[in-house]
Amino acid sequence: MTILGFDNSFDGFLTLVFESYRLRIVPDVIARAGENQSWLFSNLVFIPTEEEKADRVWRKIIEKTSKENADRIYRVFVSEVPESAKMIYEFIRLMNEKPYNIEADFSLPPVLAISKLHMKVAREADRIRMFTRFQKTAENSYFAAFSPQYNVLPLIIPHFSDRFADQDWIIYDLKRNYGFYSNIEETVRISFDKLPVNPVTGQLEEPYHDPDERQFQTLWRKYYESITIEPRRNYKLHRQMLPKRFWKYLPEKNCHGNNSQS
Amino acid sequence: MITEKIFDKLKILAESAKYDVSCASSGTQRSNKAGTIGNTSAWGICHSFSEDGRCISLMKVMLSNNCIYDCAYCINRRSNDHPRATFTSQEVSDLTIGFYRRNYIEGLFLSSGVIRNPDYTMEQMIAAIKHLRVRHRYNGYIHMKVIPGCGQELILESGRWADRLSVNMEIPTEENLKYLAPEKNYETILRPIRMITEKISENREDRRKFRKVDKFTPAGQSTQLIVGATNDNDRTVLKLASRLYTQRNLKRVYYSGYIPVNDYDRRLPALKVPPLQREHRLYQADWLLRFYGFSVEDIVNDDYPDLDLALDPKVNYAFRHPDMFPVDINKADYYMLLKIPGIGPRSADLIVSSRRHSRLNSDHLKKMGVVMKRARYFITCNEIEAFRKVRNLNPEFVRQLMLTGQKSSDAVQLSLFKSADILYPSLK
Repeated sequence: MTILGFDNSFDGFLTLVFESYRLRIVPDVIARAGENQSWLFSNLVFIPTEEEKADRVWRKIIEKTSKENADRIYRVFVSEVPESAKMIYEFIRLMNEKPYNIEADFSLPPVLAISKLHMKVAREADRIRMFTRFQKTAENSYFAAFSPQYNVLPLIIPHFSDRFADQDWIIYDLKRNYGFYSNIEETVRISFDKLPVNPVTGQLEEPYHDPDERQFQTLWRKYYESITIEPRRNYKLHRQMLPKRFWKYLPEKNCHGNNSQS
Repeated sequence: MITEKIFDKLKILAESAKYDVSCASSGTQRSNKAGTIGNTSAWGICHSFSEDGRCISLMKVMLSNNCIYDCAYCINRRSNDHPRATFTSQEVSDLTIGFYRRNYIEGLFLSSGVIRNPDYTMEQMIAAIKHLRVRHRYNGYIHMKVIPGCGQELILESGRWADRLSVNMEIPTEENLKYLAPEKNYETILRPIRMITEKISENREDRRKFRKVDKFTPAGQSTQLIVGATNDNDRTVLKLASRLYTQRNLKRVYYSGYIPVNDYDRRLPALKVPPLQREHRLYQADWLLRFYGFSVEDIVNDDYPDLDLALDPKVNYAFRHPDMFPVDINKADYYMLLKIPGIGPRSADLIVSSRRHSRLNSDHLKKMGVVMKRARYFITCNEIEAFRKVRNLNPEFVRQLMLTGQKSSDAVQLSLFKSADILYPSLK
């Protein structure tokens, strides 16, 4: 069994593709660094990242398909779904074999697989854009923390940087233990050893909240309850649109801010 | 500090506004400008879903639920004895920004009952959204209602600050409007709609010619029609909607199944449940008009003035035109593909781009998201036998098949063959 490994960066992966052509090796497994390494003792070849080689593969993808398709592949890659690297690898192989642009030929299994995974990742990114809830902190900044299904933070940060341009904020992925901090000047990647946060709900511990925060959450929950039209109640549709795994983060579905005003 | 009073007002004024169905935050893409808060997204973003399954995108409130009018279908009519409240412009503005900064909402939807007179009401509403734009430097989405009967300059002023304006038609015919809302008339509703359409196109023209012209109502205008409160049929409703789309360039027409909020009023039908299925079929028909190349007459006409509640309008179209089906997936053009039940714009796109490289079979179609349960009676591709189609099975029979829901596929297979035997014994 041939295993090629890379450093888990996108450039590292593209270098791996380049080297597999140069060395004429078709890997059975593509291993991301840090992944469960049950193949530790078999013949793993680790490919070090070389930007120039990565660039050539990237340009090739754009040339043989399109920029949109290349971006789609990037988004599928950063999702960190285990099988995504192999899927993209097979796509690139096919792309080079076929004389036409394969990106829309859904009768080819890798094309369809990438398109489907891309849809799932894009949907998760959409949902994070929708269901992120900031809590105002005692320092007048805004904080949100949750555990997305895929690693979508890099895809959604530009949206938040643009929208909340005049406020300081942190969006944190509790599952992958990293996040982004943004102020008026810049947005940077951060990681905390210890966060004063409830790991389930993503709520900051009380002293870190702005004095009005709980009331705002309650106010929003009251608004949410008032807006339902009783004769239209449709719980099934509700669950479908607002999946239960997000409820714990949403003030409107919880009493994070109860007591004082209810 | 948030006071008890704000809690009460928000509750009252959200409850009063919730019957307006429009919630879209789409139609305009605007990046953040330096020093401001917010942007707008071309497709709109929902931020939550209420327990009736509707999207919550905008904070939908009324400035005031006091009203001088007494429209039979409206919860806020003056003769109703229920809690009344009025926000100050600053209260609306501060609440919006508080929710927006927490990413609870995509923007503000501001409506109002008519306080004193239309002009006074509009002035108060404009003051609120202006406060939001100027004091809070807010650059997000705003949808504002226009109060029929207000002065033209107030509409112009609103269009400077709001992304979308809407004037609600509410009742699909003038005769019925007069019956249910004697204080209103079509002229005061249609005049502002026409004016907004003209201003938007003038503004587009100006912005081509001159560099510094502010946008007027960049996300366009919409309206709402209440269905089921009057005896107007679906043909009347859809003809009106179609005229609003083609002649007035409306972005959306919303259909609101009448909810019996004033069941004591004898002019209104006694409904046990709101006509939600009819509303759903109207939205489907609306999509066929806007995105599928259908005309009103294709969907409802003299012979079929109302939509079929049991099956969707596209299936019904196919039943009325059995000669057009089955359609060959590997040959038909894009618009013909769109006419097939179970195929939408997305799968039609995929079919057109994929079939250039290889002939498609039903397996491919399934993977592309075609709803084969519906489509299979109306298509041929490589391997589906031609005799099991609507033309041979006859529309009434297929209709029964689709209605019974095909619980067991074996039973369907059996009955399909049986019917084929009966209709075409020679095929065996």
